[in-house]
Amino acid sequence: MAKYVTQRIIYMIITLFLIASFTFFLMKIIPGTPFTKADKLSETQLAIMKEKYGLDDPVPVQYANYMMNLVKGDLGVSFQFDNVGVTEIIVKSFGPSAQLGFQAIIFGTIFGIILGVLAALKQNTWVDYGSTFIAVLGKSIPSFVFAGLMQYYLGVKLGWFPVAFWRGPEYTILPTIALAMFPLATAARFVRTEMIEVLESDYIVLAKAKGASWFDIAFKHALRNALIPVVTVLGPLVVSLMTGSLVIEKIFGIPGIGEQFVKSIQVNDYPVIMGTTLLFAALFVVVILIVDLLYGVIDPRIRLAGGKK
Amino acid sequence: MEKILEVKDLHISFHTFSGEVQAIRGVNFDLHKGETLAIVGESGSGKSVTSKAIMHLLPESNSEIKQGQILFEGKDLAKLSDKAMQKIRGKDISMIFQDPMTSLNPTMKVGRQIIEPIMKHQKLSKGAAKKRAIEILDLVGIPNPEVRFEQYPHQFSGGMRQRVVIAIALACNPKVLIADEPTTALDVTIQAQILELMKALQKKIDTSIIFITHDLGVVANVADRVAVMYGGKIVEVGTVDEVFYNPQHPYTWGLISSMPTLDTEDEELYAIPGTPPDLLHPPKGDAFAPRNRYAMKIDLEKQPPMFKVSDTHYAATWLLHPEAPKVEPPEAVQKRKRQFLGLKEGN
Repeated sequence: MAKYVTQRIIYMIITLFLIASFTFFLMKIIPGTPFTKADKLSETQLAIMKEKYGLDDPVPVQYANYMMNLVKGDLGVSFQFDNVGVTEIIVKSFGPSAQLGFQAIIFGTIFGIILGVLAALKQNTWVDYGSTFIAVLGKSIPSFVFAGLMQYYLGVKLGWFPVAFWRGPEYTILPTIALAMFPLATAARFVRTEMIEVLESDYIVLAKAKGASWFDIAFKHALRNALIPVVTVLGPLVVSLMTGSLVIEKIFGIPGIGEQFVKSIQVNDYPVIMGTTLLFAALFVVVILIVDLLYGVIDPRIRLAGGKK
Repeated sequence: MEKILEVKDLHISFHTFSGEVQAIRGVNFDLHKGETLAIVGESGSGKSVTSKAIMHLLPESNSEIKQGQILFEGKDLAKLSDKAMQKIRGKDISMIFQDPMTSLNPTMKVGRQIIEPIMKHQKLSKGAAKKRAIEILDLVGIPNPEVRFEQYPHQFSGGMRQRVVIAIALACNPKVLIADEPTTALDVTIQAQILELMKALQKKIDTSIIFITHDLGVVANVADRVAVMYGGKIVEVGTVDEVFYNPQHPYTWGLISSMPTLDTEDEELYAIPGTPPDLLHPPKGDAFAPRNRYAMKIDLEKQPPMFKVSDTHYAATWLLHPEAPKVEPPEAVQKRKRQFLGLKEGN
């Protein structure tokens, strides 16, 4: 097990190195300069600016410099804000996004699984149709529509939750629900389909023949066997939720990383683009590793080398 | 002998898109205490449906017990709620299934699968249940039960898994054990081991067994009595000797003729011609009549009742009617009878 994980971590580092290199050159192809008011700068001023940020060097030299600093853990300084370190920007804006994404995935997955299990157990009844209805809504209606509706009804009209901003736990409730609709719908559909299949299998009949109650059959016997595909789908979703949603962050006035990322691309803020891309990539490879390890936890048949006694 | 289970005039239908399939059309049988009753018949004859109906394991959505009773200790199981059945399943009546490769939960340790019914029905603590489970694993012939207890099904071979399934079924010392083709998915040497094990265990825990199979060789090995099913009905029932050596129903004759013997040489094995009846439109008369070369006119018009051959032996064929012409059973059947009688005299 330890050997497997070490091996995976080495691959992860290689993957991240390749992603960093690729992104660096791609980024340089984007037309424009990082200096927003470039047209108002004189030739000399531009040259001075370029020299200051090392942009007058040939691209391969810039690349080598960047990678050297990266190895040392230095992500550079943002072009947008004077002398603010990229690490600092990321740490500040990733916090709210990660918290929201995490809450949304937990909330969405738990309710999605419950909904899916109920739908499978009560197949072709109003419970099933109701669950399908919620899942279709969650998948087809964009999150900003939910966000707007909830802000209006739950926030403004009923006054139950704060409408926007990022000032405490109660401020996270509405954006969490808005973000959770998609994973909830996804989990509900996958769990329902898998559960229906699992509930027909021989070992479920045997569990019934043992006198197990429907609760034990659903949650002790069937659910675990139905979870594998759900984990496969939800893993990558965790990353996309935790790396922030521009729309949700805009609507709720949350200082998150989704907005930061988009802005940095618009203004060619090279160090921030690189920093956020690398963060997303790192999260992604870590989540994939966790998903692979989870398979083994859920299903002993796919337990990895070293797990077997 | 004391009856432990009585099935009376059981009718079961499945509702399908093309109509009502009358899978079971009036089945009657008794199970005596401590005996093994084999139910034999070809695929679709209704043997599995009958056993699943006893356990309430038929799919709720499309199956229906139209009429009849399943009497167990004075209770009619056919009318029990699912909740009440949960208390009987696994405790008083348990079941062994056909395919050991798929009947154990792949993501649950074998030990937990065994202690589950023990904890539920006998209300034992986890520790006590574990002790009992290890005893049973030992009893069904699994070496190193303490180690095996902590393992998952994929770490067991097919034969070993069937032993685990048997251990689960016997965990609460059931009064009735229903074995639905328990050896069909196993290879022949393992089959023999499992049959020996079941026979030995039956003596030890004094349970009655309903043994469902299409393998007559297995029947001869394990059963005390045999019920032959055809087209959703029992067509002949008797002790093993009666059914094997003095069969009365032409379908039983066909079954026995199609069984190879030690002196079967190059000749082609006998097969009953035709196909099983379509139970979507069950025939008016004897369901076997279209495949029966001894069929009479009445076979096509009226279903035969059970005629008594002896106190333990009954068969549903018009050939047993006093006015029916005398018909000699096929040569293979007569040969068996002669051999059997010869053996008996030899004693």
